[in-house]
Amino acid sequence: MAETVPTGDNSLLKETISVRKIGWLERFLGPENYRIVKGLMKTPASIAGFSLILLFALIAIFAPVIIPPVGSDPYKIPRDGFKSDPRPMGSEWKRNAPEIPFWYKAVTGKDEWVHLLGTSEGQYDIFYGIIWGTRTAFKTGLLVTLSTLIIGVVYGSIAAYYGKWVDNLMMRIVDVISILPGILVAMILAAVLIPKFGKSTIPVMIALIAFGWMGYARFIRADILSVKERDYVLAARVVGVKDSRILFKHILPNAIFPTLILASLAIGDVVLSFAALSFLGIGVEIGYADWGQVISFARNWITSLNTYWYIVVWPGLTLVLFVMGWNLLGDALRDVLDPRMRGKM
Amino acid sequence: MVNYIIRRLLLMPVLLFGVTVLIFGMLSFLEPTERLALYMRDFPKNPEAIPALIRKYDLDKPIYVQYWNWLVGKVDKATGERTGGIIFGDLGYSRSQSQPVIELIKRRFPNTVDLTIWAVAPIVFVGIWLGVQAAVHHNQLFDQVARVFSIVGTSFPTFVFGLLVLMIFYAQLHWLPPGRLSDEFMRVVESDAFRHYTSLLTFDALLNGRFDIFLDALRHMILPILTLSYINWATFLRLTRSSMLETLRMEYVTTARAKGLPEHDVIHKHAKPNAMLPVVTLAGFSVVGLLAGVVITETVFNYPGIGSAAARAATNLDVVAMLGFALFDGFILLVAVLVIDIMYAFIDPRVRLT
Repeated sequence: MAETVPTGDNSLLKETISVRKIGWLERFLGPENYRIVKGLMKTPASIAGFSLILLFALIAIFAPVIIPPVGSDPYKIPRDGFKSDPRPMGSEWKRNAPEIPFWYKAVTGKDEWVHLLGTSEGQYDIFYGIIWGTRTAFKTGLLVTLSTLIIGVVYGSIAAYYGKWVDNLMMRIVDVISILPGILVAMILAAVLIPKFGKSTIPVMIALIAFGWMGYARFIRADILSVKERDYVLAARVVGVKDSRILFKHILPNAIFPTLILASLAIGDVVLSFAALSFLGIGVEIGYADWGQVISFARNWITSLNTYWYIVVWPGLTLVLFVMGWNLLGDALRDVLDPRMRGKM
Repeated sequence: MVNYIIRRLLLMPVLLFGVTVLIFGMLSFLEPTERLALYMRDFPKNPEAIPALIRKYDLDKPIYVQYWNWLVGKVDKATGERTGGIIFGDLGYSRSQSQPVIELIKRRFPNTVDLTIWAVAPIVFVGIWLGVQAAVHHNQLFDQVARVFSIVGTSFPTFVFGLLVLMIFYAQLHWLPPGRLSDEFMRVVESDAFRHYTSLLTFDALLNGRFDIFLDALRHMILPILTLSYINWATFLRLTRSSMLETLRMEYVTTARAKGLPEHDVIHKHAKPNAMLPVVTLAGFSVVGLLAGVVITETVFNYPGIGSAAARAATNLDVVAMLGFALFDGFILLVAVLVIDIMYAFIDPRVRLT
């Protein structure tokens, strides 16, 4: 390599001949994807988003330490009696109180459990619902997102790889499914499935999966269409590699990364839809530790919400912060992914 | 242009067929006894009559026979009477609200249209204004605040926001109640003296010269409109902002600036019209979305539109009614998408080439 760099302001040339170190991560992800990951690590919005999500992840993992489960099913919110009127924050927990965890006395300075965030209609403890609801949120969010991602990717890649009439037919089917009013058809499918599965998280999850994969199919299809024309795909075909092998070993690994990122950020939206359906009373049974379910207790107390504000504010705030964590990440991602905005922010 | 429209029109029956197949597919999950609600109002009291009724309406026949019956209805050979048939507007009976689904839609849909009419202007115009301002003040304070606002806006679930505004403006301040109309005005509206010209309540009130009823109806709609606006502004802001930023970087805008046009004219006369193209589509889809029934907003505010009817049917697992709503909504959406696409081809000459 020539050591004589021409004098004067020649930054472009300097950059060309400078030897940049390439780390293992960049080698692993490739320059394009590495740029995306690096961009996500840098912006303040995405760092705030990461922190929020991390906080919720910790709450979900340590739920039994924060508030030990009562009874055999930890997802059933313990009831302190059966009176309908909500009770305020800090009121005494008489029946079905959990064990005292180690942090409790140090933080609250009390010897017995109280209802830290009050109780909802029917004396369900709100704090318990929020903490264990975090687990429900992650569980449903991850499961639904993963399933929709797999369905969407397989469907979209098949359509894109075969092209022509296969593609046309498959994408028209996608059009038909996406034209249906989303939340309504999800509600219907859940309602149809409830008699078969009973009231649990399963019917709603199936409904959200059934009407949630079309976006990924479209997204991966567009990416594959551009990768498909590359020379190495042609080379593989010339050598006589099988269709399925070309698709899943050669094309997909090079096209899937943006879709993966998109999917990982959709968890917030999935949790939001799930909560919306629980709020409407579709899906889980009353008293299940799920944020939408906890908020739905407030529906009967609209005229006195000024007195019982805690039955909507705390679970509502939790849901908003959770979704906001994912949205902050998504916002940062949009900047990184949009090539027209590159270097202009 | 004509080709494009014809192609779109030809696709329409195909999509319509697809939608009906999907909806019927969900219907076939039900037990034959539950599907009886498609054809009869009341569930037979005598359980022994059920097998005969199932046979009468072919509910034990192959699925394509049932689909056909569902589409065009089942004609009784002896009397010549037709029952069912969605193409004739017979969507079956709602068990939870004990009336024909189509009647329910006829009664509830005008309320949803009323809400849509009053909600569209604040959503679209304020949303676009916010987006244009954010783009013009790119990376300045307004832009940053707008950005935070849009992230918070998209993170707020409708029902949480709705309950919070109800808590403040209804429970605490008693300003803006939920529902449709105050009781005393409801009695007036239901009496014979009140004539229903358009069946849209606000307009009927004005046509009847009852300004007090008009104001009361508006008062009940402010909170739903606020909720819908807040949720939608974020989307409008984001799209308008990025589209506007892109347009402002184009060379013709630089030319306009270079020839000495005032900045106001550059933004509002040169850049904005072109930047609005994608926003027009979004506006179209938002209107359709509102018309198709905003399930959660209407439920939270106890607003008697088509969305809250669907939610009520859903909690009672009244699937036949819900499918009726879905079919109705699906039809509206199909027609609207067609209209939006064709309109778009008129506005944007680039579309016609593809």
